[in-house]
Amino acid sequence: MGNTVIEKILGAHAGREVTAGEIVWIELDVRSARDFGGANVVKNFEREYPGEAVHDRAATFFTFDCNAPANTIPYANNQQICRDFAVAQKVRVYDVDAGIGSHVLIEQGLCLPGTTVVGTDSHMNILGAVGAFGQGMGDQDIAYAFRWGRTWFEVPPSMKVRLVGRPGPNAAPKDLTLAVLRRLGSKGALGRAVEFCGEAVDALDLSGRITLASMATEMGAIVGLIKPDEKVSAFCSTRSGGRAGVFHDADPDAVYVEEIEIDVEGLEPLVAHPGSPSDVRPVAEEAGRAIDSVFIGSCTNGRIEDFRAAASVLKGRTIKEGVMMRLAPATREVYGRMLEEGVLDTFFKAGAVISHQGCGGCASGQLGMTGKGEVQVSTSNRNFTGKQGDGETYLASPETAAASAVAGRLTAACDL
Amino acid sequence: MDNKKPTLLDGRVHVVRDASGRSIDNIDTDMIFHNAHLAITEVEKMGEHTFGNLEGWEDFPEKAGPGDIVVVGENFGCGSSRQQAVDCFRALGVTAIVGESFGAIYLRNAINSGMPIVQVPGIMASDLKSGDTIRIDLEKSLITAGREGGTLPECRPFSKVQLDIYNAGSLFRVQPGT
Repeated sequence: MGNTVIEKILGAHAGREVTAGEIVWIELDVRSARDFGGANVVKNFEREYPGEAVHDRAATFFTFDCNAPANTIPYANNQQICRDFAVAQKVRVYDVDAGIGSHVLIEQGLCLPGTTVVGTDSHMNILGAVGAFGQGMGDQDIAYAFRWGRTWFEVPPSMKVRLVGRPGPNAAPKDLTLAVLRRLGSKGALGRAVEFCGEAVDALDLSGRITLASMATEMGAIVGLIKPDEKVSAFCSTRSGGRAGVFHDADPDAVYVEEIEIDVEGLEPLVAHPGSPSDVRPVAEEAGRAIDSVFIGSCTNGRIEDFRAAASVLKGRTIKEGVMMRLAPATREVYGRMLEEGVLDTFFKAGAVISHQGCGGCASGQLGMTGKGEVQVSTSNRNFTGKQGDGETYLASPETAAASAVAGRLTAACDL
Repeated sequence: MDNKKPTLLDGRVHVVRDASGRSIDNIDTDMIFHNAHLAITEVEKMGEHTFGNLEGWEDFPEKAGPGDIVVVGENFGCGSSRQQAVDCFRALGVTAIVGESFGAIYLRNAINSGMPIVQVPGIMASDLKSGDTIRIDLEKSLITAGREGGTLPECRPFSKVQLDIYNAGSLFRVQPGT
């Protein structure tokens, strides 16, 4: 019987062939903790393993992105607990200036195709964008991973999602992602490893792949894996100093619990209605809804490509009076590119509030919250009630977010 | 094994339904334990915030008592990786969480901290209601209705890892396998 991609990745890290449903102990190539959860990782580690060293300090990292720099004293204390531990254990901290941890791991060449990476970020499975098994875990799990470099995992069943057809000219990678969510809902991939394939997936650049893989979590999936193309492989190889990683294709007779096709031919811009990321509707259906604020950024849409796309909509235009636009680049590298390319200038002239790299608008209070009655358009991945304040949040592409800021109401960029 | 944990759990259930009696599915970790309280690290202080952001269930901390069992719908605990969303139940003395299905991280967090978590597809379609009692047999992977009677659907078998961790007390008491 053949193996799926996840069976091959986990098998390679278990040292034997594995099958869905089995519980296996696997090697973890990278173990990380962010400022959210990190202090509890340290407390667990120090309580359970006093005087012990982490298993492999070169494979262990802290990434501060959730509340960076800390805007509450408890967060500041938690970050300092991590720093002190990191100094004592000689492990590297990607501090408050670095940006979103999962993106930093990709940019730094620490996460390669076929590798296993865990962290306290529930969107760590975003690393499926480069064909890696990324997994968010709780603070006890990560403390254990720090100590042993291994953990148990139930090999998930696999599901194949093939996107067929060619999206319309106004559809962004986020729209493709929302189209998948519309079909799968919040439980459609529950507990499964999804393999995304099809022409529309092949056509995505790394940034678009990150967007798609980032919302596997909202589909309930363990991870959404995308086979690296030459460009992605070259990127990873360059960033890691020549280590390309090893991605194994699924066998022709691999077993899938479900294989579906989603027709994205002529796809138009979409939004997720407030309350649920999978309550997806065409922008056209919601068009005209007055909005108060916009956030562009997050691990879903915080790449330079996302800001370029939004800036191209804003160029020569201004944000409607009374509407607030905030943005936060995913990483310091993205921020630098925005500066160099003049993208920041476009946002500034349009009237945006420009913040620094990190989780920005997704993290509680870091870049403002919504008030009761406020309607926000966000490029992030979650719009659960109460998550970003008392207001309502639509999820959309950077293009739709920018166009809506200009119009002061929900609008697709092509209708501006 | 010495110090073996109880493998028979009897308890009064709280079935998480909305006002009209429908299962509340997709309860995320912000509804269970809102991110406003994430700085809390002492388990004892977590209980009072349990379901603090779940409409109709905000008074759960007053209603719940030691030995109680929580029964939930599909994809319970989706969202963030916060351990507090499991520990808040422990703080209230809840001894098990039974549900249709769980978010993956939530399931792991419960297993790793030794909280019995039981996957029972179809449980919300049964006539189980809050106040009823159930018995969970962890060794036999069996749940049965208490004196109120009625039959309950089968649960997914507990894995060896889950039982090992439960019996050991937590993941930290278990050596990595090969």
